[in-house]
Amino acid sequence: MPDVEESIRAAHAVKSERSTNNTKRAFRLRIPRIRWRGALAIVGFFILWDLLVRNQAPGFDSIPSPLAVIQIFFKQFAFTATYWHSWFVSFQRVMYGFILAQLLGIPLGLILGTRKRVNYLLFPIIELLRPIPPLAWVPLSILFWPTNELSIVFITFIGAFFIIVINVYDGVRTIRKEHFWLAQSLGASQSTIFRRIIIPSVIPSIAVGMTLGIAVTWNVVIAAEMIASDSGLGRLTWEGYVSGSPSIVVVGMISIGIAGYLSTIIVDYIEKRMMPWKQLS
Amino acid sequence: MNTVVRNEKYWLMAAGYIGAIFLWYASVKWLPISSFNRLPDPLSVIREWLSPDPSYGISIFTSDYYVHIWYSTYRAFTAFFLAVLLGVPLGIFMGWNAKFREFSGALVGLLRPIPPLAWVPLAILLFPGVEPAVIFVTFLVAFFATTMNTLVGVRSIDEDYFRAARCLGASRTDILRDVIVPGALPHIFTGLQIAMGAAWFSLVAGEMIAAQYGLGYVIWEAYNLIQYPTIVIGMATLGIVGFLSSAAIRWVGQRLMQWREESLGLGG
Amino acid sequence: MEQVMKRDRGSNNSEGLAPRPEFGKLSIRNAGKTYDPQGSAVVAVHDCSIEIEAGDFVAIVGPSGCGKSTLMNVLAGFDNVTSGEVYLDDSLLASPRQAPSPGADRVVVFQNGALFPWKTVLENVTYGLLKTNAMSRASAEEKAKDFLSRCGGLDKVMRSYPAQLSSGMQRRVEIVRALVNEPRILLLDEPFRAMDTISKTTMHQHLLKMYSTCRRTIVFITHDLEEAIYLSDKVIVMTTRPGTVKLELTVPLPRPRTPEMTASVEYMDLKKEAIESVHEEAKKAFERGERELA
Repeated sequence: MPDVEESIRAAHAVKSERSTNNTKRAFRLRIPRIRWRGALAIVGFFILWDLLVRNQAPGFDSIPSPLAVIQIFFKQFAFTATYWHSWFVSFQRVMYGFILAQLLGIPLGLILGTRKRVNYLLFPIIELLRPIPPLAWVPLSILFWPTNELSIVFITFIGAFFIIVINVYDGVRTIRKEHFWLAQSLGASQSTIFRRIIIPSVIPSIAVGMTLGIAVTWNVVIAAEMIASDSGLGRLTWEGYVSGSPSIVVVGMISIGIAGYLSTIIVDYIEKRMMPWKQLS
Repeated sequence: MNTVVRNEKYWLMAAGYIGAIFLWYASVKWLPISSFNRLPDPLSVIREWLSPDPSYGISIFTSDYYVHIWYSTYRAFTAFFLAVLLGVPLGIFMGWNAKFREFSGALVGLLRPIPPLAWVPLAILLFPGVEPAVIFVTFLVAFFATTMNTLVGVRSIDEDYFRAARCLGASRTDILRDVIVPGALPHIFTGLQIAMGAAWFSLVAGEMIAAQYGLGYVIWEAYNLIQYPTIVIGMATLGIVGFLSSAAIRWVGQRLMQWREESLGLGG
Repeated sequence: MEQVMKRDRGSNNSEGLAPRPEFGKLSIRNAGKTYDPQGSAVVAVHDCSIEIEAGDFVAIVGPSGCGKSTLMNVLAGFDNVTSGEVYLDDSLLASPRQAPSPGADRVVVFQNGALFPWKTVLENVTYGLLKTNAMSRASAEEKAKDFLSRCGGLDKVMRSYPAQLSSGMQRRVEIVRALVNEPRILLLDEPFRAMDTISKTTMHQHLLKMYSTCRRTIVFITHDLEEAIYLSDKVIVMTTRPGTVKLELTVPLPRPRTPEMTASVEYMDLKKEAIESVHEEAKKAFERGERELA
């Protein structure tokens, strides 16, 4: 998720662009601009990192300098299939877990919000399972699922599932009663109310769930890969540590950061498409 | 009518719990699918948990159980308090000073996309020993959650409160103390709850990957030693401890924000 | 000022108008404000001149977007003018070269209310006294209690938090919070906007009573004509963007004002005159709004 300040500014930029009827440029402006202070801070960060490494500050004796990381990246990773395969594998896991969580979580949240009896029956169980951190499911998941791949996808799914259920459920509960009354007084059927009132009203909540969910999903995938997998960006990073090459660790971390950031951008884009009315406000 | 509804609610809740446990038992014991048969069944978990002489060494009567709980809680809370101590002032300062926000916002934006758990190997390299590394990673998640929510809290304070304070002659530091801190408090506490959840989340992973004690370690060790009921004991304990920590934060928040009570309807 | 207040209370005639205060003469001379976001100049206020005598109650009326709020922000010191000058008691308050800054001599009561919800009524009311006048806490509380009790017994709720009060009470506390600082000008930015008619009428009585006991220059921004005429000595009707003064209406109704006056012939005539002028403006604004949307 980009910095709040930045997104507010981006929103303003989009708005003012809109007023000059130049929608093509509005898209480009959506990418947050970093001003000179921010740029300075980032440059300072890399210089500090370099200095710490150069002067062998405590803890930094085995850490590569930023330049060394770039060199190693181009020498050992950028043109190897295994590196890009790690990207692909991790992305695939995130995607499956995330999409499954949406597919099952959204309907469950809707049912819990609209069907009182189902709510009484199931909600306490969800509340019981929710506080268990997703990674605590790793052993049971490995036991249960026949393949490693499935168990990692399952844990990823767990990570995003409860978040989306709770968000959709809250979204349904906070729909204004006036909307229902209006629809009923106009003679709308149950299914029309569901389609025309409930679904559109929970879209913002689904969006919130998606934003939170994608971040958690990456977190879970990385950890699960470190604990129990032989592929993916998390594994790459962990193997760097095990084999005693810190430069691989740093390359892995940066790759994971970029991957996470890319998926956030994708999710943001989908959310914007889901809520065209939000762009005006 | 009302009591009937309430009765129905409790009946359904009970039915939900019993049904879930029954389903769990039935699928593990009777379903001819090996996936399910490999899982521990609820009876053996409860028997193990409550046994004075547990087969796998962990039950409510063994001191080991509490040592692990203590370790995890100690790590989670150390990381959490460090995060609060650094994150809340940082978030407030970022909200208060636009220039500082530009500097630090860029750094936060740079580091935040890296999932905290990706820091585990680097943290082990950076810190002497595993203990500070696990605490560092836990701290990191909690820190980002606290800082960002505090910042959002400061930014969402209605402009009119700042204006009113300035009208009444408040200086910049007065505004910090009298408007920004109390105004951001609701968001700060939301942030603290998220931070606590996130702390437990990454603590478990850290303990599974690289620790010697703690509930995450218990779960992973039980898996490796084929002590399956203990896995579930560890999971359930994590759930309880995590829930209690969030409840504690909620309680403190309600104490500190008594001004947010509902209107008493005195009429005017 | 303290003296004036006490004398007034002692004189047993609580409805009588306090004498004109010494300070609070406001003079807006050819003030203009142009916003310039990315080159597209928006003229919010254009060549606007208003003279207000110390202790007058002046209402500024106009349709949405007529620059009322811009003017308010300039007077309060939140924003600057881009042309012209504003003087308060013959000292320069704002000009294009001199950015104004807020101060306790010009206190604002905000549209949506800005009592600090995390402070009690008493803490809210003493806030300005403690921040500016370097008063001791004890004497500030004494003064706050005195003001609160004189404004309809608000001292009874001084230990409550704003959320525990009705919206009308909150509004009154906010006005007291401003008045207790004895500002030269009290700026009221559509303070009763969100209220129903009955509460509004009650609030008008409270405000008039506060005005008569602690007389200050009041600039009252509103879009409600009847309210403006009923409360003020002078009604200023503003035009839509670019905002400027269209009509100045002196209200000769005697004080104390009573609700029955709203049925008097004088009142009706004033209302008619003002309505015509505002309606014309509103229509223009509406048509322009439609064009902008198209």
